[in-house]
Amino acid sequence: MRPQFTPPDAHSIASPSSPFSASDRRLNALARHLVDASPAMDSQNPNYTVSASPTSGFHADSVFAHVVRAPEDPILGVTVAYNKDPSPVKLNLGVGAYRTEEGKPLVLNVVRRAEQQIVNDRARVKEYLPIVGLADFNKLSAKLILGADSPAIQENRVTTVECLSGTGSLRVGGEFLARHYHQRTIYIPQPTWGNHPKVFTMAGLSVKTYRYYDPATRGLNFQGLLEDLGSAPSGAIVLLHACAHNPTGVDPTVQQWEQIRQLMRSKALLPFFDSAYQGFASGSLDADAQSVRMFVADGGECLVAQSYAKNMGLYGERVGALSIVCKTADVASRVESQVKLVIRPMYSNPPIHGASIVATILKDRDMYNEWTIELKAMADRIISMRHQLFDALRAKGTPGDWSHIIKQIGMFTFTGLNSEQVAFMTREYHIYMTSDGRISMAGLSTRTIPHLTDAIHAAVTGVV
Amino acid sequence: MASAMLSLASACPSASLSAHENLKVKLKPGSASLSFNKEKSNLFINTKSSGRISMVAVVNASRFEGVTMAPPDPILGVSEAFKADTHESKLNLGVGAYRTEELQPYVLNVVKKAENLMVERGENKEYLPIEGLAAFNKVTAELLFGADNPVIKQQRVATVQGLSGTGSLRLAAALIERYFPGAKVLISSPTWGNHKNIFNDARVPWSEYRYYDPKTVGLDFEGMLADIKAAPEGSFVLLHGCAHNPTGIDPTPEQWEKIADVIQEKNHIAFFDVAYQGFASGSLDGDAASVRLFAARGMEILVAQSYSKNLGLYAERIGAINVVCSSADAAARVKSQLKRLARPMYSNPPIHGARIVANVVGDPSLFNEWKAEMEMMAGRIKNVRQKLYDYLSAKDKSGKDWSFILKQIGMFSFTGLNKTQTENMTNKWRVYMTKDGRISLAGLSLAKCEYLADAIVDSFHNVS
Repeated sequence: MRPQFTPPDAHSIASPSSPFSASDRRLNALARHLVDASPAMDSQNPNYTVSASPTSGFHADSVFAHVVRAPEDPILGVTVAYNKDPSPVKLNLGVGAYRTEEGKPLVLNVVRRAEQQIVNDRARVKEYLPIVGLADFNKLSAKLILGADSPAIQENRVTTVECLSGTGSLRVGGEFLARHYHQRTIYIPQPTWGNHPKVFTMAGLSVKTYRYYDPATRGLNFQGLLEDLGSAPSGAIVLLHACAHNPTGVDPTVQQWEQIRQLMRSKALLPFFDSAYQGFASGSLDADAQSVRMFVADGGECLVAQSYAKNMGLYGERVGALSIVCKTADVASRVESQVKLVIRPMYSNPPIHGASIVATILKDRDMYNEWTIELKAMADRIISMRHQLFDALRAKGTPGDWSHIIKQIGMFTFTGLNSEQVAFMTREYHIYMTSDGRISMAGLSTRTIPHLTDAIHAAVTGVV
Repeated sequence: MASAMLSLASACPSASLSAHENLKVKLKPGSASLSFNKEKSNLFINTKSSGRISMVAVVNASRFEGVTMAPPDPILGVSEAFKADTHESKLNLGVGAYRTEELQPYVLNVVKKAENLMVERGENKEYLPIEGLAAFNKVTAELLFGADNPVIKQQRVATVQGLSGTGSLRLAAALIERYFPGAKVLISSPTWGNHKNIFNDARVPWSEYRYYDPKTVGLDFEGMLADIKAAPEGSFVLLHGCAHNPTGIDPTPEQWEKIADVIQEKNHIAFFDVAYQGFASGSLDGDAASVRLFAARGMEILVAQSYSKNLGLYAERIGAINVVCSSADAAARVKSQLKRLARPMYSNPPIHGARIVANVVGDPSLFNEWKAEMEMMAGRIKNVRQKLYDYLSAKDKSGKDWSFILKQIGMFSFTGLNKTQTENMTNKWRVYMTKDGRISLAGLSLAKCEYLADAIVDSFHNVS
């Protein structure tokens, strides 16, 4: 029997993000001729359309004929494009993965030690973790971000669940809020990590933005931020980057954080922290957690998504945690039970390996100290790259004020380059970065700084 | 609908300052009952309240006060209850995790070998691509379809690494929701408890087809075919590739052909859940026969795979979603859309389990060793079935035919015990099992067969 073709009645829908192109309209016309007319076939019906990828032609024999090819993810797609480039001078400044001075991925020594210990342990089994994940890992993660002496922890008011790195923690937290919180709008900074709006939209929240980055100063638009949060409806959720804002690297000062906190508490806005760089931004785990701890210290509630992708270099292991700080232990326990209902139909329970590595390191004093040293070394190398790039641009006389390179914090620099300049740099200099002008300092080395400097210089002087 | 009730509850955040009534509302039979707090006064919603009062409200009341305690997961909750039980005679026949004769968890030797190899090699922990480890995707599709299968040679399979079976099913459900809006998934009655949750959370409507016949303790084949035939054209039919969970009852090869006939007749799309390949009969190829039968007919199908049981990788969360399309182009497009669904869920999948599978399946000697270990595990379960049957036949003087225990396949046996009888099993005999009467033979030892037989006979005949 032939493979079946499902007529595009109720089943056909344009890919949500693709506009109606000429080929779509041609195909719509074709499809109308192929199937019986019915009310659902009305081309005015916004649900009725048939699209095909530009390269495919129209396959009348597949139930997936209407599925178009999605574009590559804008961030992860940079690496895909980089890998395809045969140039020997190519430079990947796209995704935020740390590289050594030699341009190689790094697995921390302490991680290797912990992993060896785990693999050698004959008592270790691979039984399903509980839905909330590895208990030790959860406790230690909460302590890491909130502080070991946090009253919220001591009062049992925090529920912490192991999730799939930062993304997974944000998604699970977002789904929980969409089901159980009375305000289903989340405010995200403008700009923010490209995946944030998708994560929260898929979670069932509606996404709005608040002003954050000021291109004129390449710093924080604090006035705009306060105005936008001030006019948000009471109870709205607000996404905050705990430190090392991605993509801008622009963080509020301690005084600004305090003002933000007061404003948010006065409007009962619910903070949802994304903490992906604790220890990576300044080199100090405590300093990088200050914003979160400030909010928790006032006794209020908040959510925190933690990732160990960067600070422990556990990228591919997908280790993270979602903490929900509640008013009371009783609320926290009920909240946890509902978070489990979000997780079970998504992936049942989280992966054990990365969480075991983290728990092993955090609970052992020597390993923990070793970790802080290796972490600081990574942070220091990045800070050194910032200074080297800044000095090189100045030495070359590249027009513009490049001091934002050394003022911004964390793995990324928001260069201020526009998308044409970025495209130019990719084409002519084989430098890969996201089109918003964000570069990953972690991907630079002393050896490659001159090449990047030349590229920026050429882009700024040659491309408008 | 449950979700409407939840949103009502969360629309009324409590202020602990006011008295509130508790209302218990029963929805439809079988669903969890909810309680929510009805407020007499609510300080949040009164926007005219003075700043001082709303500050007090912020400090005193939880935003999540209305969140109710969710019931424990019906399957995973069994293990939690078992752990809490202090009786020596307790027996955990709840979750389907393999146990040795000594009732210990089992990490396969090939898995230990693979892990040691991986640690020795010192591989990095970089992000996987969104679709997962390429080497894993290749071997998993080949394992399922056979390396020489035309669907593989013609590149017609879109394979994306998923978070074990659950995560792979969830990705497929998300694909159905987006590209086949309104299409229903038909699931067997009964089926694995989490299937409904997955489709509910993915917002895919589902209905049941008859499957288990309590009178024969076998397959209600006519009912199954009739219900699949009666469903709207273009429905998705969820089929267990082998070792049906929870019944252990599989269609015969002839019955599979008839099922395929009906599915083709109605332009339905077969959706296989393959969680036990190699575990059911001991033969990897044998257990894939149903899937290969459909693929051989040129049908487009979805197949979710899990390595939790057959490689004992439960907690590593390793599986895959495979979509067999009528063309390589369709497969490429479908794969790109699966990626687009995974990115806002967890960005990219965990590496550890994927590498283990790739190493074991990709290495001929490890692969052969794996097959031997799997035959051993499947063999132990068959032995336990035999022993249980022998004891039941000997102890049950009523003449009841217990041979279904021998006919059923895989890790589970559907005993036919009802909810009350199951409660007797747990409360009187400390035998932990799911309320649908399912027992996991993987958790049974030869030494405990007699005790279990006593428990079953008692529950069956003395409790109604």
